[in-house]
Amino acid sequence: MALRGQPGDACRSPRVWSACTVTAAKTIRIGAGAGFAGDRIEPALELVEHGNLDYLVFECLAERTIALAQAAMLADPEGGYDPLLLERMRRVAPAAMARSVRIVTNAGAANPLGAAKAVAGLATDMGWGPVKVAAVLGDDVLDVIRAAAHPLLDKGGTSADLPAILSANAYLGAGPIAEAFALGADIVITGRVGDPALFIGPMLHSFGWDLADAELMGRATVIGHLLECAGQLCGGYFADTGRKSVPDLARLGFPLAEVSAEGSAVLTKVAGSGGRISSASCKEQLLYEILDPAAYMQADVIADFTSVRFEELGPDRIAVTGGSGHAASGTLKVSIGYDDGFIGEGQISYAGPGAVERARLALDVVRERLAIVGAPVADLTCEIIGVDAIDRTTSGAIPREVRARVVGRATSHEAARQIGAEVEALYTNGPFGGGGVTRSVRKVVAVASTLIPAEAVKPRIVIVEA
Amino acid sequence: MLLGDIAHVRTGDKGDISQISVIAFDPSDYALLQRTVTIERLLAHFANLNVRQAHRYEMPGIGALNFVLEGALSGGVTRALALDAHGKTLGAQLLDLEIEPGSGHP
Repeated sequence: MALRGQPGDACRSPRVWSACTVTAAKTIRIGAGAGFAGDRIEPALELVEHGNLDYLVFECLAERTIALAQAAMLADPEGGYDPLLLERMRRVAPAAMARSVRIVTNAGAANPLGAAKAVAGLATDMGWGPVKVAAVLGDDVLDVIRAAAHPLLDKGGTSADLPAILSANAYLGAGPIAEAFALGADIVITGRVGDPALFIGPMLHSFGWDLADAELMGRATVIGHLLECAGQLCGGYFADTGRKSVPDLARLGFPLAEVSAEGSAVLTKVAGSGGRISSASCKEQLLYEILDPAAYMQADVIADFTSVRFEELGPDRIAVTGGSGHAASGTLKVSIGYDDGFIGEGQISYAGPGAVERARLALDVVRERLAIVGAPVADLTCEIIGVDAIDRTTSGAIPREVRARVVGRATSHEAARQIGAEVEALYTNGPFGGGGVTRSVRKVVAVASTLIPAEAVKPRIVIVEA
Repeated sequence: MLLGDIAHVRTGDKGDISQISVIAFDPSDYALLQRTVTIERLLAHFANLNVRQAHRYEMPGIGALNFVLEGALSGGVTRALALDAHGKTLGAQLLDLEIEPGSGHP
């Protein structure tokens, strides 16, 4: 690692934080301000204004987003970061800076430095400076991936087999984020890092933890993982009418954790906000998108969630304890974005008696038409929404209205376009009573994964002052 | 009775892998889940899903099972042609799995 700073460095920066007395912090309060790039902004502002936070984290980077951002940066070298970043900062950062709430976000996507410059520029324009905005760089490992063939994780073959690689980004750990705070950053903007690392960075910095303490890193990973999807911990993606009730879902609050120096936490939200944090919502989130709960692979640790316990201390106050870990594997996961051609799609609806049969006839016609015109499409999928498009069980009830859907892959835009064109032609050439055609063509950026040695990655920090 | 009477579920995705957690409302029902919600029964319920390999992880501390279904998402969200490319709806489709109550249930 090319990082040398020590936590105490922050105390020499112009702005002096309470957490500069690194080992003295007893608890810190970390809020989750976004669980995905398009998330609501009001709950984050509510957290800053009423959550008495030390840190606010915006998780804004889905798996394939960096490859798309890379394409955006090719079109505009100043771009390539989350397009909503400046709007988020415009609405939340002034309140955060006024209360010394430090911000972490991975919204830098393909261009963390461009994002940091843009946020610093906004701070100057809006007058909420002086502010130090840190960019965490080094996750872009396109050169490393291009230099050799790397075995792919999810399918056979190597990176050399992928058509047109667009991007390759390694999942960095929490170390560089903690370092950025040690250098006095008010706002830390990263590209690809492990989602829990966004939360572990502030813990590392405030508590002066040793990154090599796998037990602590395991517990910190539990807390970070619980927070990373923001609203989901508070009852978002949870309500099920008649089975699981969530009050005031339209005003869902986002969670915050009161984290102790021992790596346990109390999960809560702003009083009066909508939603509910319960041990049930916490259990769902603990297991969300993990594979083996005893071996959750992160850059800094292999976390073990099997000893985690939740205890309801009161309404919307859940204590989380436990979790452990083993030393990290010494490899970092890399997401490779590559050009995967086009997907063309068309849909049309049928209703009334015989709707399903007419939809099947329509699908047969489109399939035959594409063969007649010789459209070079692959993996053509024909299905009836309401019957077999998402139901993977064998229940098979017959509805009175359905939507026929045809979708397929093509290497050219023109071939993909023909799929929707043949569906649209059903208006005057297909079965009785078709309506509501929609058609689309989209370019596909696919993602494959590989592992590279951690030492091949050199994180570094650039600070932009406003 | 149905799985949805005693448990809640959450579905997530990771690449071409679907992950479904099954969590007992009442932790005392965990043994029932453990006995009845087997990989075989889950795969039979999702007969139309092309699972390459399935794993079941046990979490007795929180009364939950975690199912990991490799290959279930026809390439995953970045490649799949499926209407629900994340497979987010799969867990809900599991709620009507028949559960044989043991002696501890009416």
